[in-house]
Amino acid sequence: MTNFTTSNGNKERIGVYVCHCGSNIAGTVNVEEVAAWVRTELEGLGVLISRDYKFMCSSLGQELIQNDIKELGLTRIVVGACSPHLHEQTFRTACRRAELNPYLCELVSIREQISWVHTDKDQATEKSKAVIAGGVYRVVHHQPLEPLHVPIHPATLVVGGGIAGIQAALELADAGYPVYIVEREPSIGGHMAQFDKTFPTLDCAACILTPKMVSVGSHPNITLLTWSEVRQVEGYVGNFTVTIQKKARYVNDEFCTGCAICQEKCPKKVIDEIYEAGLGYRKAIYTPFPQAVPKYPVIDRQNCIYFQKGTCKACEKFCPTNAIDFTQEDELVTVNVGNIILATGYDLFDARRVSQYGYGRLANVFTSLEFERLSNAAGPTNGDIVLRDGVTVPKTVGIVHCVGSRDRNFNNYCSVICCMQGLKFAHIVHERTGATVYNFYIDMRTAYKAYDEFYQRVLEEGTLFVRGKVAEITDAARLPGEEGKLIIQVEDTLAGKQRRIPVDMVILSSGLEPRSDAKDLAKLFGISCSADGWLIEKHPKLDPVATMTEGIFIAGSVQGPKDIPTSVAQGAAAAARVLGRIQQGEIAIEPILASVDAEKCSGCRICNGLCPYNAIVFHDDRNVTEINPALCQGCGTCIAACPAGAISGTGFSDTQILAQIDGLLLLNAE
Amino acid sequence: MSDAFEPIIIGFTCNWCSYRAADLAGTARVKYPANIRLIRLMCSGRIDPTFVLKAFASGADGVLITGCHPGECHYIEQNYKALRRYLLLKRSLTQLGIEAGRVKLVWASAAEGVRLADEITKMVEQVKTLGPLNWPKWEGFFDDEIHSLVEIPEEVSA
Amino acid sequence: MSINGKPKFAMYWAASCGGCEIAVLNTHEKILDIDTNFEVVFWPIAMDAKYNDVKAMEDKSILLTLFNGGIRNTENEEVANLLRRKSQILVAFGSCASEGCIPGLANLSSLSDIFNASYQSASTVNPDNVAPKTSVSVPEGEIHIPAMFPALRPLDQVVSVDYYMPGCPPESHQISRVIDLVIKVISKEADLPPIGSVIGAGESTVCDECPRHRDVKTIKQFVRVQDIDKINADLCLLEQGIPCNGPASRSGCGALCPKSGAQCIGCYGPAEGVLDFGARMITALASVIESNEPSEIERILEGIPDPVGQFYRFNLANSLLRTGTAAWRNNASLKE
Repeated sequence: MTNFTTSNGNKERIGVYVCHCGSNIAGTVNVEEVAAWVRTELEGLGVLISRDYKFMCSSLGQELIQNDIKELGLTRIVVGACSPHLHEQTFRTACRRAELNPYLCELVSIREQISWVHTDKDQATEKSKAVIAGGVYRVVHHQPLEPLHVPIHPATLVVGGGIAGIQAALELADAGYPVYIVEREPSIGGHMAQFDKTFPTLDCAACILTPKMVSVGSHPNITLLTWSEVRQVEGYVGNFTVTIQKKARYVNDEFCTGCAICQEKCPKKVIDEIYEAGLGYRKAIYTPFPQAVPKYPVIDRQNCIYFQKGTCKACEKFCPTNAIDFTQEDELVTVNVGNIILATGYDLFDARRVSQYGYGRLANVFTSLEFERLSNAAGPTNGDIVLRDGVTVPKTVGIVHCVGSRDRNFNNYCSVICCMQGLKFAHIVHERTGATVYNFYIDMRTAYKAYDEFYQRVLEEGTLFVRGKVAEITDAARLPGEEGKLIIQVEDTLAGKQRRIPVDMVILSSGLEPRSDAKDLAKLFGISCSADGWLIEKHPKLDPVATMTEGIFIAGSVQGPKDIPTSVAQGAAAAARVLGRIQQGEIAIEPILASVDAEKCSGCRICNGLCPYNAIVFHDDRNVTEINPALCQGCGTCIAACPAGAISGTGFSDTQILAQIDGLLLLNAE
Repeated sequence: MSDAFEPIIIGFTCNWCSYRAADLAGTARVKYPANIRLIRLMCSGRIDPTFVLKAFASGADGVLITGCHPGECHYIEQNYKALRRYLLLKRSLTQLGIEAGRVKLVWASAAEGVRLADEITKMVEQVKTLGPLNWPKWEGFFDDEIHSLVEIPEEVSA
Repeated sequence: MSINGKPKFAMYWAASCGGCEIAVLNTHEKILDIDTNFEVVFWPIAMDAKYNDVKAMEDKSILLTLFNGGIRNTENEEVANLLRRKSQILVAFGSCASEGCIPGLANLSSLSDIFNASYQSASTVNPDNVAPKTSVSVPEGEIHIPAMFPALRPLDQVVSVDYYMPGCPPESHQISRVIDLVIKVISKEADLPPIGSVIGAGESTVCDECPRHRDVKTIKQFVRVQDIDKINADLCLLEQGIPCNGPASRSGCGALCPKSGAQCIGCYGPAEGVLDFGARMITALASVIESNEPSEIERILEGIPDPVGQFYRFNLANSLLRTGTAAWRNNASLKE
């Protein structure tokens, strides 16, 4: 009775197809031998034909299967090729075309799991036989299935109101569909709103961003939830229910006109660590910047004199429209959406961590974000590039690339934008101060349109370039001319010598890092992070804005470091993917579900607490448990837990898995 | 004989993390021993101790159970159920004389192709030191002279 | 058919405790129905009989044989083969024949350990270290006793079995029902169930027959029933931390143990279609442990000090693994 090797009564007619994948598989696996072995050894299970072919996924390869299904009357297909995550759909569709239920096809990975990871040809060939035998044993027990169709709610949630999120929201809203944007800061705009110029065109960031922000703020299809954060996500593609916490603003947006008198009158000055990167001040009631969208300020409770000491209320006194409301409380808002786009951006690498560069210790070492504010006409110095004392114009400036990037001590990856950012800074310093500018770089990375031309332009402007990783920045003068300067110690790898270059100002071109809470975000939305913390796309090349979780898309730097054009492109791409879904009206999802055999269920209630989606319902009156197919996500946990064996599942049934184990071990069975 | 021993290890993977880690190991051409044969499930919560027992009974020398890291399960918390079952199953297997080292639970995220490959390599090495499990196939086992008609010891040990 | 026209009946006792025989006697006056409807041709505990008499019978001449006990030695095996040959319907009667039962737990140990325990442990007075021998020469010649197999097997691992009747022992009311059924089949008033069926038992699990109130389960600790001050008389035992095998055990007993405040130990075997009883209980109990911390889970599991005894008490010999390694690994390496 433990023998699962025999098939289920009716003998199936099985076709097995072993792919060479050019030399990707055939280079390591003797595919002809595998196909021949399957033909002879698995004939007893119903294998009628076993072929090998150069590229099974090609149209000719698919036709081969389709023709065999029709001519030989095949009832089951096993393809030994690449990962099911790549081509399962391809071969299922081929079966469908030949009028065979697509779920009667099993794709077995002999590329990702064998030829690409093993070197010994004999071992790889033997393992290929085993895993294909596993597939053949399994496929015998497959059931014909039909995908489930679920309707798509036409609204979309965009998390993050930076340029990627803004672009995505506008595309969707302009197409006529409702969008919710959740932004945790008081205004949308993101990092781009902090910049002065954008490379390589040197457009004024505010000039190109502000109109988009205004469109978002006034768009009839967009509901803007700033000063808000997503707290809970329930449901699945097509029908998510999202709970959003709207933090209390203490400003009634129905009355506020955005006149900013409150900000003028507020007596409490606070260092603005976020928008002004610590270089400037804001008030306790504030909008991060004048063009903020929405225009309504927020009261920062921790710094508000009234909230801390119980008296003040200056803002309330001066507000011409009585919009200040100290009694406001956080509220939870629930929205229903069909799809979600995550565009939460990045954190700047904290340059303090590279202690030898002296940031935080040496006054005139600046981070890139500080320099953005310094050079911004609306920034704390009105765009004057001066040292930390606020008056002295630097005569020499050193710009250090790759701070926190391409460095095993911090992040291995390249942050993509830092070279161009460093060049942009060089240009601005040169233009505004005439100072001598040094750029210290490891490799100059100026790929993409018009980027290298910009590099050439900066070169021609006279900026000096030193190839070498800066070892140290110090104020300890050793040589004449170093007194009062910052000395940059670097190995000039082109000249092949150590150099000490005294400068007045250092700008650290810091890299980008995942948001410090990226893992929480991934968990909240049920998707994965890379080891670095960037969210993982469904396919690195072919599906860059989708994720493994249906209905959750990603755009911009949340997926990895990106410049503005790419972030915008991803925002639009994610919107296009969502639009496709919305316009189809429904989506087909895998019919992998659990169900309870009421005859076998005795209502022990072991499974009742195991489903995170509340798909398991107990009927007191009948003393049986049932599974709501609309809520079941197909994980199979309840199937595995049922003590009575009363729960079964499609797609990954006990018989399929047990048969696969037998197949995998067939070669070793005596 | 032990020099030539190549164990067979059945590995259970979840669709979202560890199977993708295996895919990633492939795409990145990370090498690991060919002794492992993977089965894809939707979730490590689908792991039924029956599968592990079946693997041993059918000739596997080791079983590797893999899933998303704690807190990162695609199905929110189902990998914890795999953890609980694994711990109780391991206690039972030990009592049956199956060394604890023959079954192992490893978490691997979709990004951890290298980690998964490392863990597979370690598992193969570990099972190699334990030697073959060689669970009897039973068919004819009791007719076989080696196994059947075991003589009652001449004298019981004092 | 026998001379008096009655179909022939046999019952045999292999490796088991004898409780199954008592259970048949416990059917009280129903036992007279057996006598009325059958000619009892072989039933060593009830009447004198010789194997040679059975050997002399025609093949398939016995209509119904209730075989209780597992196959532990050559004699058990020989009689199993003999009765299979002579019987039309062979029933694995009781837990031992069906799935190995308590004698099957000896499959955790090597034969030498078993013999040491039997002939040399503190419970045995054996000053001369005498052990039984399979053959002994005496003046009259050489005499033999059966040799032991390295492990115990349920009946269907030795011969094909037509029906299974679980229980340790089968409940007398279930035995009566089966006797009634067979009598009806003889008089053509009923049909036999499909070959391979479980008879004399229910279709679901013990929980179905258990009157205790059940809720969603979470387990923070396992306790032995004797370590609880006061058992809640109405609440599911599992929810009180008592490791009850009811959820995985086939119904049919009427939930006798849980009704009396003792946990189900699983003597009616697994539910229909289940491959491994122990695995079902392991997965079920572990799934509802209320902790995600390995150390805390381990602490809770300390409450089950003997998992194999807990989960495989009746089913080890019929489980996927059938034995522990001790039953075969040493033997094999000794002989090599």
